[in-house]
Amino acid sequence: MGNMTIAEKILFQKTGRKVRPGDIVIAPVDGVMATDTTAPGALKAFEKMGGQRVWAPEKCALVIDHAAPAPNERVANLHRLMRDFSREQGIRLFEIGEGICHQVMVEQGYVRPGYLFIGADSHTPTYGALNAFACGVGSTDLAAVLLTGQIWLKTPATLRIRCHGQLRTDASPKDLILFLTGKVGISGATYMSVEFEGEVFRNMSLAGRLCVANMTAEMGAKTGFVHPEGLQLPYPFEPVEPDASASYAQTIEVDIGNLPPQIAAPESPDNVHDIDRYLGTPVHYGFIGTCGNGRLEDLRAAARILRGKRLAEGVRLVVAPASRSVLLDAMLDGTAHTLVAAGATIITPGCGPCVGSHEGVPADGETVISAANRNFRGRMGNPRAQIFLASPATVAASVVAGCITAPPPNLDH
Amino acid sequence: MTDGIRGRAHVYGDNIDTDRIIPGKYTKTLDVQSLAEHVLEDLDPAFRTRLQQGDVLVAGNNFGCGSSREQAPVALQAAGVAAVIARYFARIFFRNAINIGLPVLEIPDHDIAQGDELEVDLVSGTVRNCTSGKVYQANPLPEVMLRILQSGGLVNYLRTNKTF
Repeated sequence: MGNMTIAEKILFQKTGRKVRPGDIVIAPVDGVMATDTTAPGALKAFEKMGGQRVWAPEKCALVIDHAAPAPNERVANLHRLMRDFSREQGIRLFEIGEGICHQVMVEQGYVRPGYLFIGADSHTPTYGALNAFACGVGSTDLAAVLLTGQIWLKTPATLRIRCHGQLRTDASPKDLILFLTGKVGISGATYMSVEFEGEVFRNMSLAGRLCVANMTAEMGAKTGFVHPEGLQLPYPFEPVEPDASASYAQTIEVDIGNLPPQIAAPESPDNVHDIDRYLGTPVHYGFIGTCGNGRLEDLRAAARILRGKRLAEGVRLVVAPASRSVLLDAMLDGTAHTLVAAGATIITPGCGPCVGSHEGVPADGETVISAANRNFRGRMGNPRAQIFLASPATVAASVVAGCITAPPPNLDH
Repeated sequence: MTDGIRGRAHVYGDNIDTDRIIPGKYTKTLDVQSLAEHVLEDLDPAFRTRLQQGDVLVAGNNFGCGSSREQAPVALQAAGVAAVIARYFARIFFRNAINIGLPVLEIPDHDIAQGDELEVDLVSGTVRNCTSGKVYQANPLPEVMLRILQSGGLVNYLRTNKTF
C-alpha cells in the first residue's frame, strides 16, 4: 500500500496482488450488466461456450433500454430472448421504461464504491462517479463473465486531471467534461484510467459526477474516477482514495474558473469549442437525455429555461428521462409539466434517439442540439444530419431561440 | 485461426468510430450477413463492392473508437475482411476482435498504401508488403490474448478450458 492510484487499489483489493500498469490480472467481478444491443450476442456466446448456469444470478442484470419498446419484430424477438434467459437463470431483467442501464445500476445499488463492474456498454465507466472500477466490454467478453465470474484486464496507467477553480453559474458539469474531452482528445486516454480531482468536484452532485465520469469513454479510457471527497450516497460506504504518492502517467492541470458554456461540433465529441463560435447556428431538433444528461437535475435545468416559453417555430424537443424514477420525480415536482407545456415530447425512459434506433431520427440536412455524449456521423440514424453536443441548459435555450444560444446563469446551483 | 493471410489493403484514416463501421440502427440483430451488408456504409459506400474475401483493412490511430458493439468486428469479418491493421486500436474494439477470432495487428509505424498486396503471418506477427517490399512487426499480444486468438476466439477457448 501507499503508492496506488484508485484503479490500482481496486485491482489490488480484488486480486490480493500489487499491480503495476501493464500487468495482466484475472480478477473476480462484483457485478455485470448487458443491454438489448449487447445481451443477445452475449447469450448466444454463453450457450456456445457450453454455459448452463450463470456464475451468480444476483450479480447479473439485463436491461432493455437501447430500443425500448421494440420498434419492430426483429428487436421484439431479441427482447424476448433476454426475457426468457433472465427467467431461466433467475437474473433480474429491467424491462422497457425502467431506464438506461447506467442510471438503473446506480439507483438499484448494483454497483457500489470499490466494485469491479463489467458492463457490455461503452459508457460503463460512468460508475467511476461512485468509485467503482467499471469497464465496458463487448458481447463475448460479457458471456465469459456470466460463465466464470472473472475477467482478464491489463492494469491501466492513470491520467490525472486536476481542475482549479469553480464553475461559473452559466456552466455545468457537462460543459466541464466537454471542455476536458476536447483537451484530452478522443484517444488521449486510450487504455488508461482517468482520475478527476479539484475543489469543483467536492460539492458536485452525484448526477454531475456521473456526467463527468460518463464521458471518459469519449477519451478512450478504460475507466475513470471522480475523487470521492464529498461523494454522497444513500448508504454507508468506504471511499477509495488514491494514495498521496500514487504514480501517474500524466497530470493535466486545468483552470476552469472562467469556463464559458462549451459545445462539441460535428462529427466528434472532442471537437469542442466555446459556445461563441456557433452562436446563431439554426437548429431543428433538441434532445435531452442519455446516460450523460437524462437525470432530474438535467431536466430541471431545462425546465428552468423553458418555463412559460414555447419552442421556436419549426423546432422540436425530445426528452428521454434516464429512468422511471427520474420521470416520476419530474412528474411530482412539476418539471415534466413545464417541459411538455413548452412543447417537449417526453419519451420512454431509456436511451431514446441517441443510438439512432428509434424515437426521433433527424432528417437530411437537419441540425440537432443534443445533451448526449456522441455526435459521430450517423449516430442518431441519419448520416446526413449534424449533431452538436452541449449541456441540457444550452439545449433548452437553443430550442426556444431556434438557434444555438448560450444559457442564462443558473443562480440555484 | 488461419495462419496465412494474403490480400489487398483497404486504407482509411484515424479515429474510425464504430458508428462508421456499423451504424447503430443496424446492430439489433443476430444475423451476421445483415451486418456485413452495411459495413462501413457511412464512411465509404463503395467498400463492399471493392472488398474481396481475404482482404485486409488498414487504418491509422484509434480504430474502432466509440460503442462497445461487437457487431463492428463481426460485420467486418462477415464481409470477408481477414485481418485489421492499425497504428493502434480503441480498447473495446481490440478485445472484441480477438474474442471473435478476427486478427488485429497493432503496427505503430506502418505506411501501407491503398491497394498494396499484404501477407500477414499471425504466428510471428509480421506483415510483408509485397508491393513495396517492406516488412512490419506488430506489437506482441498479451499472452492471454494470444491463447484466445489461437483458439479461434473466446467461445472456443472457454468451451475447451472452462476458465481463463
